[in-house]
Amino acid sequence: MSAPESLPLDLEQLYRDSNVAGVLEALERELVGLAPVKTRVREIAALLVVEKLRRSVGLEAGAPSLHMSFTGNPGTGKTTVALRMAEILHALGYSRKGHLVAVTRDDLVGQYIGHTAPKTKEVLKRAMGGVLFIDEAYYLYRPENERDYGQEAIEILLQVMENQREDLVVILAGYKDRMDRFFSSNPGMASRIAHHIDFPDYKEDELLAIAGLMLEKMKYRLDAGAEAALREYIALRKTQPHFANARSIRNALDRARLRQAKRLFEQRGAPLTREALMTITAEDIRASRVFETAGEQR
Amino acid sequence: MRLTQGTFSFLPDLNDAQIRAQIEYCLGRGWAVSVEYTDDPHPRNAYWEMYGMPMFDLKDAAGVMAEVDACRKTFPRHYVKVNAFDATHGWESLRLSFIVNRPPNEPGFALEREEGAGRLQRYSVRSYAAERPEGERY
Repeated sequence: MSAPESLPLDLEQLYRDSNVAGVLEALERELVGLAPVKTRVREIAALLVVEKLRRSVGLEAGAPSLHMSFTGNPGTGKTTVALRMAEILHALGYSRKGHLVAVTRDDLVGQYIGHTAPKTKEVLKRAMGGVLFIDEAYYLYRPENERDYGQEAIEILLQVMENQREDLVVILAGYKDRMDRFFSSNPGMASRIAHHIDFPDYKEDELLAIAGLMLEKMKYRLDAGAEAALREYIALRKTQPHFANARSIRNALDRARLRQAKRLFEQRGAPLTREALMTITAEDIRASRVFETAGEQR
Repeated sequence: MRLTQGTFSFLPDLNDAQIRAQIEYCLGRGWAVSVEYTDDPHPRNAYWEMYGMPMFDLKDAAGVMAEVDACRKTFPRHYVKVNAFDATHGWESLRLSFIVNRPPNEPGFALEREEGAGRLQRYSVRSYAAERPEGERY
């Protein structure tokens, strides 16, 4: 029995009841930048809330397809967003368990004939009720070897993506250009993925904000000189090869922690405060190799 | 004669929603669920054939249900059961096991009496279905 057409429905109430608001807020707070990603995540959340409301008044539309592709350079937050996505889908009751199973080609593709199908199926079974995150998905397809077992894994994946939509959400992730090539050679895969989300590179002040969040989580802080040094460091590091956005920043901070520990250790005997244990100074950051090579270039 | 074995032997057969709920319970306790089948219904036949590997690290019953359905499709006239294995120290054995598929027609068992020395009498149970070779029963 359906409700009268004009009866007012409380979307706000439903939104508040599902704890999606909290998850979206955390997404906003803990992830810096990524505007297009956040917009799309919010759109999907809105769709699911509205869908839930529609179902409650008898407007069935079948489960929407939520398979996604995340493209972007290394360190732009694809895995982190996938984790958040699993939480959001769980909060909205789209996925029953809300766990994330992260795999790569090795976990899906077998070594010999007849090995691939059971392996892929096992991973799919583990991911049911949650999200399957396939990192660097383009390695599944190797056009140069026509006997490659990757194709078999793709076929099984496609079948489950189509038939068991309500059991499993698949997220493919990888570099933009390679993913584009992967999709153009696997049209079946491209057509089954409704959401293509591109992760932009971070700008310098976004990276600085990320560094701030990371340090806060690790219970460190920068003194005034260190902050300026870090700003310079980021600008230099961006121009160098193998720059991996937030990941490079994390590595830089880890190395700065190392130097800070060494510095404190060498000064032992001198009185040490809690403050000193927390503080990373400019010299900890300026000792980085990045500054050296920049000096040579000049 | 309807074969009864395992945890819910005293109940009528579970429907799919009930089977799913039982599997959810098992997975919630961290047990590994597996599917087995046989066409030899003898009560002392403890070793049924495994349908695929036991499933570890599953979070949701959908994966097991897919396996149960696949097994039923492959062996529609066999007995199929779901087992849940508890690997925790001290248990290391099945915690739950129940039949989820049975042949449409179950002929049952014959009781055989054997005369021994003196007035000694031995009894054994023989399944009518097992008279035919494996795969042709039921």
